[in-house]
Amino acid sequence: MPPAPATQPVIRFDGVSQVFPVRHGSPVTALEGLDFTVARNEFLAVLGPSGCGKSTLLRQISGLLRPSKGSVSVFGQSVTEPPDGVGIVFQKPNLLPWYNVRDNVTFPMRHKYGYVGKDDRRRADELLEMIGLADFAARRPDELSGGMQQRVAIARALLLDPDILLMDEPFSALDALTRDEMSFELLRIWQERPKTVIFITHSIPEAVLLSDRIIVMAPRPGRVREIINVDLPRPRTIDTFSAHRFSALANHIRDQLFTIKPKV
Amino acid sequence: MSRTDARPRPAVFLLRWFDAAMPVLTFVVLVLFWEAVVRVFSIPAFLLPAPSAILSSMVSVDVGQWAKHVWATLRVALMGYVLAILVSVPLAVALATSRSMSRSLYPLLVVVQSMPVVAIAPIIVVSLGAGDLPRVLIAFLITFFPIVVSTTTGLMATPPELIELSRSLRAGRSREIWHIRLPYAMPHVFSALRICTTLSLIGAVVAEFVTADKGLGYYISFSTSNLRMDAAFAGLALMVTLSLGFFRLIDLVQRVLAPWSRVKG
Ligand SMILES: Nc1ncnc2c1ncn2[C@@H]1O[C@H](COP(=O)(O)OP(=O)(O)OP(=O)(O)O)[C@@H](O)[C@H]1O
Ligand SMILES: [Mg+2]
Repeated sequence: MPPAPATQPVIRFDGVSQVFPVRHGSPVTALEGLDFTVARNEFLAVLGPSGCGKSTLLRQISGLLRPSKGSVSVFGQSVTEPPDGVGIVFQKPNLLPWYNVRDNVTFPMRHKYGYVGKDDRRRADELLEMIGLADFAARRPDELSGGMQQRVAIARALLLDPDILLMDEPFSALDALTRDEMSFELLRIWQERPKTVIFITHSIPEAVLLSDRIIVMAPRPGRVREIINVDLPRPRTIDTFSAHRFSALANHIRDQLFTIKPKV
Repeated sequence: MSRTDARPRPAVFLLRWFDAAMPVLTFVVLVLFWEAVVRVFSIPAFLLPAPSAILSSMVSVDVGQWAKHVWATLRVALMGYVLAILVSVPLAVALATSRSMSRSLYPLLVVVQSMPVVAIAPIIVVSLGAGDLPRVLIAFLITFFPIVVSTTTGLMATPPELIELSRSLRAGRSREIWHIRLPYAMPHVFSALRICTTLSLIGAVVAEFVTADKGLGYYISFSTSNLRMDAAFAGLALMVTLSLGFFRLIDLVQRVLAPWSRVKG
């Protein structure tokens, strides 16, 4: 019997390596032998020290980079160009200062299809409502705080209703308070409209709070160190931070990260 | 009105007023000093005319006459300026987006730019004859390079994350340029456009020095050769005013068309 679509992985890495040529010197192996799958509507966090290839992995999924070895598939198809149905949130909000907030949210429509219809504007307003920025639709991005800008960036990534949301350290530029607030906001959005999320972060508590599974990576060359199941109940709340299981998981990951010896 | 300012209101008001009045005051003092020096040392008018003499020379020419000269210069400058924008922006897009284009065109542009326009102006006039064409070409030549360089810089300076956003949507090259790269380059473009207001007028005046029967450049060189320094200075004063006005106009255009591109502070 063929596997039911619901259990079919949305993303699959098959022996994926990435080697970057370096102009003067030996090539850099950014990723080596990645093998894993991501299930539909799973929230997957990717954790690891700087330079272990987290962003590279994300760029492979989004079709911005072809792996030098192995294959990355999205929706069962090998990625050769940026696939539809994928939204990206970058580390910085990356809003376009020449558009107001609403036009920034509808930008994917304008940019991909060349026009923005009434429905798209209505959808943008719904998304702004959802992230609590309905009153700011006509403002310019530089009139918003960093946290508000990043929320607009999330709304923009959701405009085309992607099945996969890729987030590369989306909250790392925010202060600690805003950061926690944004985490719960993201969980709420994810629960409202379930989708597959790949969330890259440097923060252990953030990864544990948000995700179903955590890929812990080791550097030089970038590889999977361990994949951890986060068996904390949902919905996660502020109380999750004080759960025993939470600190146990966080401590385990911390040990993992600090015992990593780079392969010389 | 900032409430955090510790000074009482009248003091703040006086300071503001002083800030605004300072340049005008400086200018007035300089002019008075100039007038005094010319009178005290009885400097002959063919060496350095007094401001009062310049003013009376200016009002002795009737307005229609001035308008004719101003328009002749401004017309050529504007045509060169617009032509430079029309040529430079597409050229910059070509340079910024195609490696082979930038390899083949850039050295050529540098060679053209390194030729002193003042020196080749007579050659251009001789080979293209009298009329608008050589003058517009001279104004164009002096103006286009800064626009090419700034626009190219702006197009290339677009953050890679914005380009990745575009690529991830598979939007295509032309939308990447229209929706992202060109708007991003606007602050660079406008800073070049502001410099080029003066440059295009310089180009027009240089052309008039070579050959012309009207225009502010013509008026200045004609007056100088007749030792009418008061008239030459009057022409110069109008020239400066024109240049400032053109500059402010571009400021205004930027404010209206691309308010986000204005540098704050
Ligand atoms: N285009 C490229 N050319 C050459 N080397 C690259 C390129 N992109 C990434 N690298 C190298 O690959 C390695 C992994 O980079 P990557 O940006 O994926 O790391 P990261 O885990 O996202 O780091 P950080 O947490 O600091 O963002 C680094 O050593 C980097 O220098
Ligand atoms: Mg990174």
